[in-house]
Amino acid sequence: MTIALNGEEVAEKIRGAFPGPVVAADKAAVIVTNQSLYQVAEFLKNTAGFDFDYLTDLTAVDYLDYFEVVYHLTSLKHNHSLVLKTRCYERGKPVVSSVVNLWRAADFQEREVYDLMGITFEGHPNLKRLLLWEGFVGHPLRRDYL
Amino acid sequence: MVIKTEPFILNIGPQHPSTHGVFRLRATLDGEVVVDVEPVIGYLHRGIEKLAEGRTYTQNIPFTDRLDYLASITNNLAYVLAVEKLAEVKVPERAEYLRIIMAEMMRIASHLMAVGFFLNDLGAMMTPVLYMWREREKLLDLFEMVCGQRLTYNYMRIGGVSHDIPEEFLPALKRFVAEMPGFIDEYDQLLAGNEILLVRSKGVGVLPEELAINSAASGPVLRASGVKWDIRRADPYSIYDRFDFDIPVGSAGDCYDRYWVRVQEMRQSVRILEQAIPQLPEGEVCAEVPRLLRPPVGEVYGHIEAPKGELGFYLVSDNSIAPYRFRIRPPTLINLTALKDMVIGWKVADLIITFGSIDVCLGEIDR
Repeated sequence: MTIALNGEEVAEKIRGAFPGPVVAADKAAVIVTNQSLYQVAEFLKNTAGFDFDYLTDLTAVDYLDYFEVVYHLTSLKHNHSLVLKTRCYERGKPVVSSVVNLWRAADFQEREVYDLMGITFEGHPNLKRLLLWEGFVGHPLRRDYL
Repeated sequence: MVIKTEPFILNIGPQHPSTHGVFRLRATLDGEVVVDVEPVIGYLHRGIEKLAEGRTYTQNIPFTDRLDYLASITNNLAYVLAVEKLAEVKVPERAEYLRIIMAEMMRIASHLMAVGFFLNDLGAMMTPVLYMWREREKLLDLFEMVCGQRLTYNYMRIGGVSHDIPEEFLPALKRFVAEMPGFIDEYDQLLAGNEILLVRSKGVGVLPEELAINSAASGPVLRASGVKWDIRRADPYSIYDRFDFDIPVGSAGDCYDRYWVRVQEMRQSVRILEQAIPQLPEGEVCAEVPRLLRPPVGEVYGHIEAPKGELGFYLVSDNSIAPYRFRIRPPTLINLTALKDMVIGWKVADLIITFGSIDVCLGEIDR
């Protein structure tokens, strides 16, 4: 059985490693600040005991007040999982750091979020629309699109 | 005299028999050698994630049929399991067994297509496919017996399944289960030692273990690269923990291993069916669930081992009758991430078979 790590305990360890990134944490998920996302992701991937080597799923949800980018991380080594989140309050131009350098799996998924949700992933080597065509106006998965 | 050469761009698809659907590969070639490739997708994009936000949880089940339409029952299963996790619905025992039986039949049907068309891409025009379809046809007949459909079954319901099986189903399934290992042996004899198959697929399109994990490959693609990871074992859902089966693992991560893993998985699916049929209990096939289900506020990620890889549904509920967010984690799209690394330096013909060995379904890639 894949064990879902307790977000509060993980948040404690992240706080121990470097100050300030954790916004909130509960049993199910850890929410970190936008600026520290890459740093935290790197920490979770490379720290012994966590070893999150597998980015299962990357997606975003539009809560109108903010966008939430959701990372489902799994460690094939320890068979445990964690939900990592970050929020963007800037509706005009939401920006999150890209994690393609850490997990190649983020490549198409970040492009898809950019395409349908309109979130820019800074550092992505080839950030362009994935499903819709070049020149399409708008981001259909936003709640205020239709 | 100096001959000047320059790379040129070849568009393979979107309308091309070897792209298995409306898929375009933008390949940069140096002579016949692949220098770069970029998948261009979206030709079949129907906006299912957006559509689903305006429909009730039950109305969304038929949409999932139209993702990977060669394995619709496993798509149904992934979705209803996620909803059941969100709404905490208990499923009757008989329904659990029927789900497993259907899912494993579906896996065999999907792998038969994958193996058949992989050989087709190799140049064994249509003969292997014909044999594979002979067996797949029997499965489609069985599905038709249960729910009246042959492609988009819409069989699972939140809390169970839509129909109980008719009387003639179990004898026909038992016959199939008894015959199938013999057929797999027959194909194996015909194909596994075939020199052309070996020369064309061994060592071609290698996906190293590290890259397979890093690019989140899943299903047979991941296992062919030597990673023993099957969600039926790693994170058992439904009642998979009650069955005894092996996880076939490749070693080289080449096209041949991906082919071999699928053939072995068919044998394991038959083993699961053999165990599940005698255990099938009597009783209800669907729990009492409100027509307009309102799951509590929250979110859930449910995943299963679909024939093509890890199929996940990330659902967010705001306690209304429709999901607030409906995200599909498509296994084949993510399996394509590493395609570029697998084919650079190989010839165009190898690109075709490497792409074929990933076993894609465009309904799922584009959604």
